[in-house]
Amino acid sequence: MSPIAYRIIFTGAAAAGLSAPAAAGTVELTVAIPQLKVAEYHRPYVAIWLEQVGQPNIRTLAVWYDYDNRENAGTKWLRDLRTWWRKGGRNAAKPADAVTGATRAPGVQKVRLDVGALKPGNYALVVEAAREEGGREQVTLPFNWNGKSATASASGRTELGAVKAVIKP
Amino acid sequence: MNRKILLAAAAFLIAAPLQAHNVWIKPSTTTVAGESGWVTFDVAASTDVYNADHRPMGLNMIKAIAPDGSEARIENGSTGQLRSTFDLHLTQQGTWRIGTESAGVTGSYKLDGQEYRVGGRGGPPPGAQGGPGAAPGGAARPSGPTPSGPVVVPGGADFSPPEGATDVKLTLTSNRNFVFVTLGMPSEIRLSGSGLELEPVTHPADLIAGEPATFRFLVDGKPAAGIEVEATPDGRRFRDEQGTITATTDANGEASLDWPAAGLYWVHASFSDETSPRPGITGRRFQYTANVEVMAP
Repeated sequence: MSPIAYRIIFTGAAAAGLSAPAAAGTVELTVAIPQLKVAEYHRPYVAIWLEQVGQPNIRTLAVWYDYDNRENAGTKWLRDLRTWWRKGGRNAAKPADAVTGATRAPGVQKVRLDVGALKPGNYALVVEAAREEGGREQVTLPFNWNGKSATASASGRTELGAVKAVIKP
Repeated sequence: MNRKILLAAAAFLIAAPLQAHNVWIKPSTTTVAGESGWVTFDVAASTDVYNADHRPMGLNMIKAIAPDGSEARIENGSTGQLRSTFDLHLTQQGTWRIGTESAGVTGSYKLDGQEYRVGGRGGPPPGAQGGPGAAPGGAARPSGPTPSGPVVVPGGADFSPPEGATDVKLTLTSNRNFVFVTLGMPSEIRLSGSGLELEPVTHPADLIAGEPATFRFLVDGKPAAGIEVEATPDGRRFRDEQGTITATTDANGEASLDWPAAGLYWVHASFSDETSPRPGITGRRFQYTANVEVMAP
């Protein structure tokens, strides 16, 4: 993977390809969260975002965490989603309501997420998971967007199973 | 814990030579999320960095500077046999600077045949005037020179030799040792324009294994070429070699460090020359240390 310089940006700031939703595209995403036989299981924190090759800005699509933890203690561990945190998660005191969700149980999770209007180009949809008393893993789904539709899939080894995305205008 | 004992211990530690022992500050983390957060630190001097096996460092020199430039209180300070420890409550979003910063003048001069030693260790002898920093603007003319041997006078950062001094050999010294901790979004790191400083081109919150980081080194506020920068990773006990990586600053004062692995690194640079920074001072000797965390990709 080639190193990309990510600079400080604000979530939601308009980037070249990741502009504000005009004619909103959607992604139908399937994320498998593996069932793990461990003594102490906690559902993973998960961040899902879109990035454009060569662009520092990311668009956060979803963050699943303990957002309703009392005394806001849930935000403390968001930095364990370390790639998402560095690329844009840290730019807001806490994730926007529109992308915030509760942690999800093991199994196949299906979500439909708004990706905004995309200019043609090369993108990646990234899913990162971090689990208390467990590990952290990131699955990257590269795809080319030509304005019609695209599909991408990849699989994790430890904290994530199969991830499939269908992106539609 | 008796505060007097702590202070006495701290004074002793500053006075004791720490040759060949590297002073380090080990943070529990440098990346913090949430409205506020706590970080704890260990401070010590040892041959292998971050391995507390020699001496603690005193806490009286430690300052915590908030992102807005104000000074914050360190809490739960304690000095043990091998390391000191303290906590910091991060209450402002942005990058905090924690560590020590000192400057002084060291060397010697002669006046009316009597040799005077400035700064260094040991403090003034009985009968000498003034404490640290008591000699601003060249007013230092201690009374009671002893016929046998040099008189020791304190050397504050603004020390100048008295009128009529000969054989002047006085060096301006500056020493910094910092760790940067970021709550939320990183913020700009303020510089002072004196001594040796690190101006981050790559922010300390953005250090990643396998991605070269660029640091610019400044001497008295100007980019300094030819400075050797070394970075030694934590955990020397668990491997054979030091594992130190090195880089030299270019004409822009920039050095590029390519971290071979994630972890805590002791980044160190020093500078000395015979350039006079101001009248009465004949040279400069500066040191800078940054304790940084490099994240996995």
